[in-house]
Amino acid sequence: MSFRSAALLVLITLLCCVTPAEAAKISDVVETGTLEQARRFFSLTDNSLRYALFGSILLGISCGLLGSFLVVRKMALVGDALSHAVLPGVALGFLWNMTKDPVAIFIGATSAGLFGTLVVGWITRTTRLKEDAALGLVLASFFAVGGCLVTMIQRLPTGSKSGIDKFLFGQAAALSSQDVTLMAASTALTVILLVLFYKEFLVTSFDPVFARVTGMPVRLLQELMMLLLAFSVVVALQAVGVVLVSAMLITPAAAAYLLTDRMHRMLILAALFGSLAGVVGAFFSFLGNNLPTGPFMVLGASTVFGTAFFFAPRHGVVPRWWRRRSRGNRISRENTLKAIYRVLEDRGFSDEGVTLEELSALRRDTLVEIRLQAAALAQNGLATVDEPRGTIHLTPQGWRQACAVVRNHRLWELYLTNAAHYQADHVHEDAERIEHVLGEETVRHLERRLEFPHHDPHGRIIPSLREFDRYDAQRAPEKPSGYRQQ
Amino acid sequence: MNDFIPNFDARAVFVSPWTDTFATYGWIMLMGFLVTVACGLIGNYLILRRMALVGDAISHSVLPGIAIAFLVAQSRHSLVMFGGALAAGIVTTLLIETIHRRSRVKQDAAIGIVFSSLFAVGVILISLFASQIDLDADCVLYGEISFVALEPLVTIGGIGIAPESVFVMFLVAAVVATLVILFYKELLVSSFDSGLAASLGINPTIMHYSLMCALSVVVVSAFRSVGAILVIAMLILPGATAFLITYRLPKMMVLSVVHSALSSVLGVHLAIWLDCAVASAIVVAGAGLFLLAWIFSPTQGLIARFRPQLLPIEAART
Repeated sequence: MSFRSAALLVLITLLCCVTPAEAAKISDVVETGTLEQARRFFSLTDNSLRYALFGSILLGISCGLLGSFLVVRKMALVGDALSHAVLPGVALGFLWNMTKDPVAIFIGATSAGLFGTLVVGWITRTTRLKEDAALGLVLASFFAVGGCLVTMIQRLPTGSKSGIDKFLFGQAAALSSQDVTLMAASTALTVILLVLFYKEFLVTSFDPVFARVTGMPVRLLQELMMLLLAFSVVVALQAVGVVLVSAMLITPAAAAYLLTDRMHRMLILAALFGSLAGVVGAFFSFLGNNLPTGPFMVLGASTVFGTAFFFAPRHGVVPRWWRRRSRGNRISRENTLKAIYRVLEDRGFSDEGVTLEELSALRRDTLVEIRLQAAALAQNGLATVDEPRGTIHLTPQGWRQACAVVRNHRLWELYLTNAAHYQADHVHEDAERIEHVLGEETVRHLERRLEFPHHDPHGRIIPSLREFDRYDAQRAPEKPSGYRQQ
Repeated sequence: MNDFIPNFDARAVFVSPWTDTFATYGWIMLMGFLVTVACGLIGNYLILRRMALVGDAISHSVLPGIAIAFLVAQSRHSLVMFGGALAAGIVTTLLIETIHRRSRVKQDAAIGIVFSSLFAVGVILISLFASQIDLDADCVLYGEISFVALEPLVTIGGIGIAPESVFVMFLVAAVVATLVILFYKELLVSSFDSGLAASLGINPTIMHYSLMCALSVVVVSAFRSVGAILVIAMLILPGATAFLITYRLPKMMVLSVVHSALSSVLGVHLAIWLDCAVASAIVVAGAGLFLLAWIFSPTQGLIARFRPQLLPIEAART
């Protein structure tokens, strides 16, 4: 077992130990029965609970959809800046008539967020400061202005009960029917615009120059995207909170990005993950007697991302590690096959069996190593090992693979000397690597290009396709007629 | 609305913090200055190395570090907090690197994912164990700088010197300033020309990780006073303002110190007038100074840019 797999095992064991411990602590805090709470959550009898659930699903959808565009355009932290910059707008919207009027807060927050992104643009265009500094600066400065305003509101006699602090870490249970209506409207708008202008958004995201050439209003589309983004951030505020809303934009979309290469699939997956994270967050926050919702949603999204990071079929760490391992194993098997072929070739293919000693002499390897390699061949049905006599016999399939590898190797050597004019003593190393990756088609092409050669630059015979079946032919009398293994 | 913006009482705002209530506000101003100056000195290099957002990430992710250190050690000793924060800082940097290298997620998204997850862990820990961790959500966001004057004084030889957190912050700021001066050349070269730095035998990885460690220490010592998010402003604003005024690194460092001093004094006055969170007010004042530099900077300001430029030949003649 390699070091990496051992490390992975340790990590998984650790995680398994940590999770129950964590869960136990959480349940300690909850006074009422957890099961009872869970049952209440899923029965959906409670009105406020239903709003919380719908709200979480809606915000997951709109954040996931727009976050996907942020992630593929490498603008993830623009979302972060925008989400912090809305705070002064929330406070001003609240001041409008000293209530948590969703519409006023929506307008105030959207304008503040958009203004923040505009300021980032101005700073990067008119100063030497780079985008990262501009983002951090706007994010924290706007947040500070918002912080001043919020503490000033809380000082007011009516302000202390305003619930404006719920905007910081989010409280899904505080969603009202008005909030959910607004969320539904904004999400619907986002979905409709994305469906209508999908092609335009796609092209401007991946190739803005091409988009401009084909006459698309790139600038307008980008501004529309920022507007929708601001909508989805503001709509999510109440449930996730100012501080963590950017995670709902980035994390589900990044998880989806690991799972697919097509934008439309990524959008669907991101919306799915987003709403899943939303529901999980609302659930846990409800279980824990109205703990802040935002952090739980973010952790839900992070869990999805972590799973995708490790187990995504194509881009995940574990499948990639597995593929690399199996490729390494195949290469080592092919090298053993090649060595067996060489031993057989040296004695003119007179006898079938190859002893382990002969192999270890040729490969300059210990007998133990060779025995392991032989076992690997036997396990894959490429050879049979005669333990008492210590000999290896290739199966027909093994013979064919051995011939193919040797053929790849020698054809490539010949190609390098004849077509690329390498010195004959410089080609072996290169061929040693490429013999494992040459495809059937390339080999046939090489053969035609070299006019079906018989000998490699070192004078050895290149096994031809006819050669592949020679082994069968030798054994043919023992087998029932018509036997041909593919 | 009248309640919202209090009447401007010049005496209360400008005079009394320096006279009657100096015992309180003097410490707050000093603390604000020390925090901003330590952050600002490190921040200069974050701006030059385009790592401003790594500062963002670390400032968020020290929260779980502090919370876990509290829970494990059951003590709020500064060293425990530094340990937790350093560990959190290193974990953040490593996680970002791992996600960025081992998958096709780009660095910006990796930063966003890591710091938000860690911050979420921190917030959950704080809300679950509120009785054991003496941090609350408000402190995480705005800091509690106005409480420094209430802390017991650190005494050396029986003489009270300074409130504990001011004393710690002073040590941190002094260490940062000393390091920045001592390793001035190394920082300069490795920030502007990593190739030259490598050829001079300065290991870029070591420089990077030492800067990250210094950053974590500064962020955690500032954390109680200014919270997780405002720290970003303290890191970036002084350097960014100075960056708009000068082209020379030594001048930039001096100017960022001046910016820190001005913003903390102005911020405290602003907070007294508006009766709002002091740390936020310091950042607002700092942002105001940045705005001034952006508009009026003699060489790079908006006004200077839009003034008709002399042709190079005329400029040479004058």
